[in-house]
Amino acid sequence: MATLKVPVSANDHRQGSAHAKVTLVEFGDYECPYCGLAYWVVKNLQQRFRNDLLFVFRNFPLTTAHPHAMGAAVTAEYAGSRGLFWEAHDELYENQDRLGMPLFRAIALKHGLSSEELYVALQEGTYLAKIKSDFNGGVRSGVNGTPAFYIDGLRYDGVPEFAEMSQMIERSLVS
Amino acid sequence: MNTSEFGDAEETKDDLVQEPLPAGTVAPDFLLYATPDQQLSLRELKGNPVILTFYPADWSSVCGDQLTLYNQLLPTFREYGATLLGISVDSAWCHQAFAKDRNFHFSLLADFEPKGAVARRYGAYDSHLGVCKRALFVIDKKGLITWSYISPMAINPGADGILDALDALANAPQCTPTKN
Repeated sequence: MATLKVPVSANDHRQGSAHAKVTLVEFGDYECPYCGLAYWVVKNLQQRFRNDLLFVFRNFPLTTAHPHAMGAAVTAEYAGSRGLFWEAHDELYENQDRLGMPLFRAIALKHGLSSEELYVALQEGTYLAKIKSDFNGGVRSGVNGTPAFYIDGLRYDGVPEFAEMSQMIERSLVS
Repeated sequence: MNTSEFGDAEETKDDLVQEPLPAGTVAPDFLLYATPDQQLSLRELKGNPVILTFYPADWSSVCGDQLTLYNQLLPTFREYGATLLGISVDSAWCHQAFAKDRNFHFSLLADFEPKGAVARRYGAYDSHLGVCKRALFVIDKKGLITWSYISPMAINPGADGILDALDALANAPQCTPTKN
């Protein structure tokens, strides 16, 4: 079974209690429609498991298939550098049908960030190393498409839907 | 997404090679159409590692996801000096349309006539379904297979095995041939 090769660390974008009993890691692409659907599944899982679940998001942009995936990832990372990763992450997924520079700029401005700084980050590849590191760690962990989920370090090979993932998380909770 | 229109078919017994050629075997040479008017042989690529990915069908969901991942990894494969080749029984015209639609930047070879002849020699043909198995081979610069793997039809094998094999190739002495 495929396992997470790069452990969750302070370098990750984490949401939830540091004392959570189960860790859910997603490798996602902001332009992937299946990730767009899984976004709501994760929200529901977080609602269901609350402090028992730590959620981690790692970038896995498939840029040859999704032309806006890298721009979106950079936007989220730029926001993350200002402590606003999850705000940008959520707005990107909730507006997946409008991905592109106008949306990236609007997200930055909405949160009081500089659209010029975002533009420079996009032009200069400021966050590419972090995004590439996420991607490479995913490939080495057996990510074979997006979204890819790992529950306590083990790849979840089922369909990313609430009932089945809940069951797997519950199993991890009691083990 | 590990979903597919292909089930795992039980292999029928015939004279084709049932198991994937193992590490240490000389990779059988082939000459296949890479475009409707251009052929490519394995021997042309000697001197650098080659990754062969046999897959069931253009346009299928798992194959599309798998090849999209490999397409994304082309720069990484190039760091090892490796060339990636996709092989299925689809025709060169079908490959051309599929590659254009998915923005692929590597060759898809047509094992079209005689159908699956190359896949049969590699132990990568499913005679029940009449398509290539989902099989991976890493071949070293001298033309020896150093790693092979068959994934269940419905499971996208990802690329971790390929990268591990390329790492091993970069760090280890060459294999000794066991047969021709």
